[in-house]
Amino acid sequence: MMAILVRVLVLFRTVWAVGLALLVGSVLIAAVGADPLAAYGALFGGAFLDYWGFASTLVKTSPILLAALAVVVPLRAGLFNIGGEGQIYLGALFATAAALYLPELPGPVHIAVCALAGMAGGALWALFPGYLKAYHGINEVIVTLLMNYVAINLVSYMVSGPMMEEGAPYPYSPEIGPHLFLPLLLPQSDAHIGALIGLVFALGLYAAFRYTSFGFALDTVGRSPGAARYAGIAVRRQMLLAMALGGALAGLAGTFEILGLKYRLFHLFSAGYGFDGIVVAFMAAASPILVPLAALFLGGLKAGAQIMQRAVGVESTVVDAIQGLVVIFVAAGLALRIQDSRLGAALRRRRQAEAALAKPEA
Amino acid sequence: MDHVVIDRVTKTFGAFKALDRVTLRIRKGSIHAILGENGAGKTTLMNVLYGLYQPDEGTIRIDGRPVAIHSPKDAIALGIGMIHQHFMLVSSLTVAENVVLGLGGQGPSLDLRAHARRIAELSRDFGFEVDPTAPVWRLPMGMRQRVEILKALYRDAAILILDEPTSVLAPGEIERFLVGLRRLRDGGYTILFITHKLEEVMAVADRVTVMRNGAVTAEDETAATDRRRLARLMVGREVVFELEERHGEPGAVVLEAEGLVAENDRGLRALDDLSLNLRTGEILGIAGVDGNGQSELAEVIAGLRPLQAGRIRIHGRDISNLDVRQRRTVAGIGFVPEDRQGTGLVLDYGAPENLILHAFDRKPVARLGILNFGLINRRAAELVRKYDVRLRDLRQPVRLLSGGNQQKLILAREIEAAPAILVVLQPCKGLDVGAIEFVQNTLLGQRARGMATLYVSTELEHVLAVADRIAVMYRGRITGILDRGDATPERLGLLMAGSDANAA
Repeated sequence: MMAILVRVLVLFRTVWAVGLALLVGSVLIAAVGADPLAAYGALFGGAFLDYWGFASTLVKTSPILLAALAVVVPLRAGLFNIGGEGQIYLGALFATAAALYLPELPGPVHIAVCALAGMAGGALWALFPGYLKAYHGINEVIVTLLMNYVAINLVSYMVSGPMMEEGAPYPYSPEIGPHLFLPLLLPQSDAHIGALIGLVFALGLYAAFRYTSFGFALDTVGRSPGAARYAGIAVRRQMLLAMALGGALAGLAGTFEILGLKYRLFHLFSAGYGFDGIVVAFMAAASPILVPLAALFLGGLKAGAQIMQRAVGVESTVVDAIQGLVVIFVAAGLALRIQDSRLGAALRRRRQAEAALAKPEA
Repeated sequence: MDHVVIDRVTKTFGAFKALDRVTLRIRKGSIHAILGENGAGKTTLMNVLYGLYQPDEGTIRIDGRPVAIHSPKDAIALGIGMIHQHFMLVSSLTVAENVVLGLGGQGPSLDLRAHARRIAELSRDFGFEVDPTAPVWRLPMGMRQRVEILKALYRDAAILILDEPTSVLAPGEIERFLVGLRRLRDGGYTILFITHKLEEVMAVADRVTVMRNGAVTAEDETAATDRRRLARLMVGREVVFELEERHGEPGAVVLEAEGLVAENDRGLRALDDLSLNLRTGEILGIAGVDGNGQSELAEVIAGLRPLQAGRIRIHGRDISNLDVRQRRTVAGIGFVPEDRQGTGLVLDYGAPENLILHAFDRKPVARLGILNFGLINRRAAELVRKYDVRLRDLRQPVRLLSGGNQQKLILAREIEAAPAILVVLQPCKGLDVGAIEFVQNTLLGQRARGMATLYVSTELEHVLAVADRIAVMYRGRITGILDRGDATPERLGLLMAGSDANAA
């Protein structure tokens, strides 16, 4: 009962933060001479009540949702994965390679192979910082963050060199076969099944953390590495596993961008979805069940921005400002009672992880 | 004359009455002990006096004048100094820097050397032997405590509040600490000494106030009271100091450790060719001054620390190569760690999760990776009742439980796994009298059922209370093993100081 209450309060705290951000955002809208109510009406009406607009929301929700889960899983084991963006790029790279260079397989099988390749790419990119953290105590925040730029530039190189389509005016790869296009959720739109699969993963992870010994082990490592070691849990291996799983989810996000939307690998194809994932993970207070909701909100905000721009002539960059405000207010909300919050617990976990790693391996 | 008077102070947190019309009179230049179990309200009371909490009702008078203490700043201005249980020192700074840190009234330049000189003088006056230029991280706990006291003295405190000051000290340091306390009293300071240790009250206090459940149960002159009375007032019932003598029947050898060598966390040799045997139905006490390899010995047996050389056998089988988990499941080793909060329990979890910490992926707790919460919760409810763990709700995070109840949970988990041997490390550290009694009686009860126990403690009194044989460790070796009948504190003391068994 208590746990549910706390959860609801945490959720409401995010809701308050979002409300406050929208309020401040309305001042910005008014400052450029538009009616805030009309602007928000266009934004949210367009994002959630209009068929095409909602499709666009779903398109943006897919990568954000998966990237947020890629932050949540390592966070539960006490690690900060800031490398979602890079893992998205690596996932897309691997998936595109599997799509272009493997002999043609029946559609669904080939899609599955591409997805697995993408997940492997993301996992690989996350395993490296995970390994450095677990076995050498090197700060994973810095390593994952910096590896983003390596990944982005690696993809830029690949699509402007080895994988570039012949005669292309712009760095991109050849198009993947139409049998690899992801099925659509909403007919005739761009809305592919990525968001739905993300939802399935979110529910699966929620169940895993709640009901399985796998999730229990991961949570135990995150909450008390000392106790986990004493319980015979291989703390370092669990950390690797959490990072790999997170990376795989981000890799899947990248895969779906290719198979569901772009149909080819572009350089700079992701608009910072990996970082949006961090925002969503904290809005959802590291709870997989709340991630889809927060991701849908952010996806809607991004999709609605363009509609708002067309409808009432407010620059869509106002929405970027609102997103920034959401981050600030969510962070402020967490700081109010940082010791009791999940973020506070996560920070505590990190310190404990450092301490546990300093002990010699038995 | 009364220096400090706390007059009918009441403090409530929500519906919980932490202090209930508490009245205290503290004479100038005396040592006044406040005795009570954990949760009796001692620390809350001191926090009220130090301005960290505001009382709901009641007044505080200093030198007969009513005062309002709104913050620690007010308290310091009134000459009150507080030495917290957990030291508030910056370990990378020197003693002098720590003492001066946050000191008001400094000009733009800080003459650290002049301060250091004055600190050295102050330290000399009380025989503290603290070097003001030493970095704090290099000092042992006893020294750090003196730095804390110097901090208060340097701010012209006339009233010193010490919250459980001996809980972090080794036995040798406690004696010296008490000497220092008397010297401070003789220097005219008023000392408030919070503790749950009866011996220290009897040894050093002039007067003692006993608290239970947020209320004062008695205020006695120490000279006119005795341990038994104080214990009864503190716990609320008669405490049997002589534990029930259910004599063990030592049987076959279960554990053989031979030539153990291991390093501590800093890479220094902590176990140096150590050997011992343990029999069924026996409690082998391991005594010694803290830091002589006791915890490393326990961790090596539990599999939490790598063994560099030597062999550990259980029932004749070599288990040196088994990992933590196999030692538990295959070899049957149970372990009660010293660090309850960081190792023994996951504080964010409730009791049920903590009780399955070692079995969460095995039948019957989990089947095919799915946790059986019906069974887990049923079992938890049963164990909580059986081991008398006091909690409000099974799902309440164990962070909120008292130390004694946390320890009961750990004991429940370890003993219910029916281990062949149980390694217990400092099980009574920081516990109140009632909880200590429970822990020791539980272990004695298990001995009667044939369990072999290795009982490691730096508190000689506790070892003497339960052990059949007592091994003393010094610098990673066992300097002697005595039967309980032969183990006088004097002989043990000699062994603890490093003399070998023949000399003792």
